[in-house]
Amino acid sequence: MPEAKIVVDGLSVSYGALRVLDDVSFDVAPGEFVSVIGPSGCGKSTLFTVLAGLRAPDEGQVLVDGAPAGRETFGYMPQKDLLFPWRTVLDNTTLGLEVGGMRRRDARAKAGELFAPFGLAGFERSRPGELSGGMRQRAALLRTVVQDREVLLLDEPFGALDSLTRTAMQEWLEEVRARYGWTVLLITHDIREAVFLSDRVLVLSPRPARVHREVSVELARPRAADVVTDPRFAAAEAGLLAALRL
Amino acid sequence: MVHRLLPRTLSGSRVAPPLLIVAALLAVWQLAVTMLDVRPQVLPSPLRVVEQGWAFRDVLWANTVPTLQVTAVGFAVSLAVGWTLAIVVDFSPWLRRALVPLLVASQTLPIVAIAPLLIIWFGFGLLPKILVIALVTFFPIAVGLIEGFAATDREASNLLRSMGSGRWQEFRYVRLPGAMPSFFTALRIGITYAVTGAIFAEYVGARAGLGIFMSQQKNSFRTDLVLAAVGVTAVLSVALFGLTFLVQRLLVPWYRAEDRGDVRA
Ligand SMILES: Nc1ncnc2c1ncn2[C@@H]1O[C@H](COP(=O)(O)OP(=O)(O)OP(=O)(O)O)[C@@H](O)[C@H]1O
Ligand SMILES: [Mg+2]
Repeated sequence: MPEAKIVVDGLSVSYGALRVLDDVSFDVAPGEFVSVIGPSGCGKSTLFTVLAGLRAPDEGQVLVDGAPAGRETFGYMPQKDLLFPWRTVLDNTTLGLEVGGMRRRDARAKAGELFAPFGLAGFERSRPGELSGGMRQRAALLRTVVQDREVLLLDEPFGALDSLTRTAMQEWLEEVRARYGWTVLLITHDIREAVFLSDRVLVLSPRPARVHREVSVELARPRAADVVTDPRFAAAEAGLLAALRL
Repeated sequence: MVHRLLPRTLSGSRVAPPLLIVAALLAVWQLAVTMLDVRPQVLPSPLRVVEQGWAFRDVLWANTVPTLQVTAVGFAVSLAVGWTLAIVVDFSPWLRRALVPLLVASQTLPIVAIAPLLIIWFGFGLLPKILVIALVTFFPIAVGLIEGFAATDREASNLLRSMGSGRWQEFRYVRLPGAMPSFFTALRIGITYAVTGAIFAEYVGARAGLGIFMSQQKNSFRTDLVLAAVGVTAVLSVALFGLTFLVQRLLVPWYRAEDRGDVRA
């Protein structure tokens, strides 16, 4: 196993008297895809806001390549797509670049190149309201990856989609991830999604969240849709289900 | 919703019902005055109002222009004050706590009592009228903006911060555009108050304007001309109200497009 890219060391977070994260530790290797799964309200989104540098932990630290993480390490895709109606789809996807000080024309050129691989070609000048649910999520993901951050934090990117679209999006994500070699942390409620996409799944306990179990998924990558028929897929699913029941 | 009213005004079905009702009321009024033989000093018939208004159109127009001017200047001042306050309050939690109660308190001032004092202090010029208009209209604008800025989704702030944005960029990219729907609602409320405010300020004392014109005509028992001036005021208010939709379409074209969806992402 290569040297860890991200080391999460003993994170604890409370909202007032409500303890949400309790000594959460794990690490992520470069290029690895790690899913985080756990009961609703256990603190998964909170974990991501800490990683993204949006909230300081009460205890613990996040290390990137051995040094304390800055805000520019992680590309954060929140649970809501947050596409703004006052911007075209293209200008929504350039937002991070513009905030980073890139000139608008350069930002548009850079984000525009990703529209075809993201299945959004032809919708550059549309308003977000004209996109389907799946397209909105792809646009939000594009806005995240175009910032060239080292690690992507995806908070339930497909949670709001119908199951057909979700399956298609999972296969698509697996494909583009292989192409670009992203390091990804993904929150999901969907066991099948976690197994299909991940090298490793972290199972969190109910609030306050701890890492209750880690399940590795030993299936070759990139994975095609038929991987779900592999007995090891079923075994990993069963293992996760058991871990979630505690 | 109000913002959907006007753009379709010309499409008949929207404009016909209110016009019908107005026409019916005017007909009843005309009939009642004719049949009961009411003296015009008490209640002139609508036809007489129109007829006399037309006969005195030069005087009415000469008094409409100063009212429009005072409304425009007063409302501009009010917009400047409202925006400044809202932005200051949005950037400083301390000033929010300090200023918002004062803004609310300012609305408890009885304008009826204040307006004559303003004339005593500042004379019959523009200033006291601008102050009255600003006083009655800056509040909806400031509150509309303050609440519009504050309604920004916390997750949207988080997203911007994760991109590395500071407070100013967050304001510019998210809070400001996100507040536009609520600003335009406030603008519509404000502009109608502004006309009424101008009339009121002039009524208390002015050299020219629809307000002082009404006051003078009332004193000479020309009820018909008072009502003609009221009619002009109504037309003015509706026109300015309509203008806000035009401005909205020019400045925030996306708002109408997203009318039916979630405007606040
Ligand atoms: N800003 C906040 N202030 C106070 N409490 C909060 C805040 N954010 C989250 N919480 C609480 O912390 C707990 C964990 O929230 P979090 O959003 O991290 O859960 P989650 O695991 O992402 O849930 P879900 O699966 O439903 O998205 C919840 O009980 C929530 O009510
Ligand atoms: Mg969550």
